[in-house]
Amino acid sequence: METGIRILVVEPDEDRLRDIVDALHDAGWQDVKALAQISAIARTVKEYEPEIVLIDLANPDRDTLEHITSATDTGKRAVALFVDQTDAALTNAALKAGVSAYVVDGLKMNRIKPVLETAIARFKVIRQMQSELDAAKQALEDRKTIDRAKGFLMRQRKMTEEEAYSLLRKTAMDQGRRVIDVAQALVTAADLLS
Amino acid sequence: MTRSVLNCGYVALVDSAPLIIAQELEFAAEEGVELNLVRQPSWSALRDMLALGHLDAAQMLSPMPVAMSLGMGSLPAKIDALMVLSVNGTAFGASNRLSARLDGVPFGDPGAILKAIAKRVSGPIRIGVPFHFSMHRLLLSYWASTLPELQIEEVTVPPPRMADAVADGHVDAFWVGEPWGSVAVQRGVAQLLMAGRDVWQFAPEKVLAARHDWISQNELEARALMRAVYRAAGWLDANQNKPLAVEILSRSEHLDLPAELIDPAVTGHITPKIGTAPVQIPRFLHFHKFAANFPWRSQAAWIARQLGADGAGIQGAKTCFRSDLYRRHLFGVNADLPGASEKVEGSLKFETAVASTRGHMILAPDAFFDGSTFDFS
Repeated sequence: METGIRILVVEPDEDRLRDIVDALHDAGWQDVKALAQISAIARTVKEYEPEIVLIDLANPDRDTLEHITSATDTGKRAVALFVDQTDAALTNAALKAGVSAYVVDGLKMNRIKPVLETAIARFKVIRQMQSELDAAKQALEDRKTIDRAKGFLMRQRKMTEEEAYSLLRKTAMDQGRRVIDVAQALVTAADLLS
Repeated sequence: MTRSVLNCGYVALVDSAPLIIAQELEFAAEEGVELNLVRQPSWSALRDMLALGHLDAAQMLSPMPVAMSLGMGSLPAKIDALMVLSVNGTAFGASNRLSARLDGVPFGDPGAILKAIAKRVSGPIRIGVPFHFSMHRLLLSYWASTLPELQIEEVTVPPPRMADAVADGHVDAFWVGEPWGSVAVQRGVAQLLMAGRDVWQFAPEKVLAARHDWISQNELEARALMRAVYRAAGWLDANQNKPLAVEILSRSEHLDLPAELIDPAVTGHITPKIGTAPVQIPRFLHFHKFAANFPWRSQAAWIARQLGADGAGIQGAKTCFRSDLYRRHLFGVNADLPGASEKVEGSLKFETAVASTRGHMILAPDAFFDGSTFDFS
């Protein structure tokens, strides 16, 4: 189990906040930050960079938190929710939907551990998928740029596709740059000149 | 016959009135469904409950289904807008400190307010909005973007706490739905400078939303719900019913607000500053008149565009405003249906008669303060 993960708990009720933090410590998570004052949330999220944020489902400040977490970088942190009543159906539905929102029974502290573990595991899968998706998107974009650069060279210098690519590669090697950077520069220049 | 019970989410605001009236005055029962109204603590919570199937339908900020169709926000789900629940109804206000600097600027003049802020205020101003995917935020961005040198910082604040946020200097200004603008004025911490309708005269504010697959699997319930809400909205917008509407809303356990806080939005008598007489703002908030309930696909398109969608995104977003269902299900409840499902947003400067099934549809002005028009066809 990974206990090095940074967890931020947002809860205005100080007693309850202490109970939750204690339960997390008991379960082995040491890097836990407690926050009772919602007005400090933007600064805290920025400075502490939590990987998981725990907040009560009934807390109206959820919308503020949502804005802060999604405005920065959605893929980077999960928002886990806790409610007073255990609602197995809701927990399962949340898990099935693959969202980074999970329900923990806030009052039964012994249940925090398994649910949070599931949440973290799930969150990692989603983050992994997200970064793979981002990488795939980037690769596609790069390919399009290189194709455009090749096309430009083929038209302007009457080259074959292979010659155009060789020229891009040679230029990149000579200048110690990546092929995509050379291609990007060429495409930008071509757009400016057209 | 046992009636279907529909779990219907809402956030306690004056513009949740159509759902409350549909239940309290038994329009829902007459249409064969029972509404179980479930109050939600935040828009994020409401969205999750709807997406995860704990709610069958819900009042939503009009940009929410559009944003979700574009894959924005933290929860992916296919949510459609069955109809528009309310048009306009928000207000922009400023703290006493900021208002003092804007002294002499006429109420309800977006261009003048913007110029005065730019001229008399240095540094960025912090503006509170209820939710990132809200018409409030889109109108704010639209308005502020006409003066690019103005620096604004958007802060999400739950509406019931907006007056506190202004009082303790957390925000300099705010864009909020009623009653929370009037609450800030009555507490003496802020002044209202303009209504949402001063920026866009016909902005879809809340919609009745449901999951796309729920709608196709529960056609009878969706139909009954839409008809009940349509009739409730019609009842609400009739002038003679307004005093009674305020009374019912203040007494119902759903809003938990006194009559004097519900009255300004329902009647359009808004008090911009404590100790001054209320001003009558035409079409401050309406529920039914001028085909207000019709989910124009061009409205969804405008929202998608403000959210930064490209051409394909805009076309896709249009389909989540279900004008097709509106036509099918409201046929026969005296609903007048427009000939088209899109219009050029911003093109109407005056009340205008348009082609419709019953032949007497009048559309309200829908102009933007800067005169822009948007054609998405």
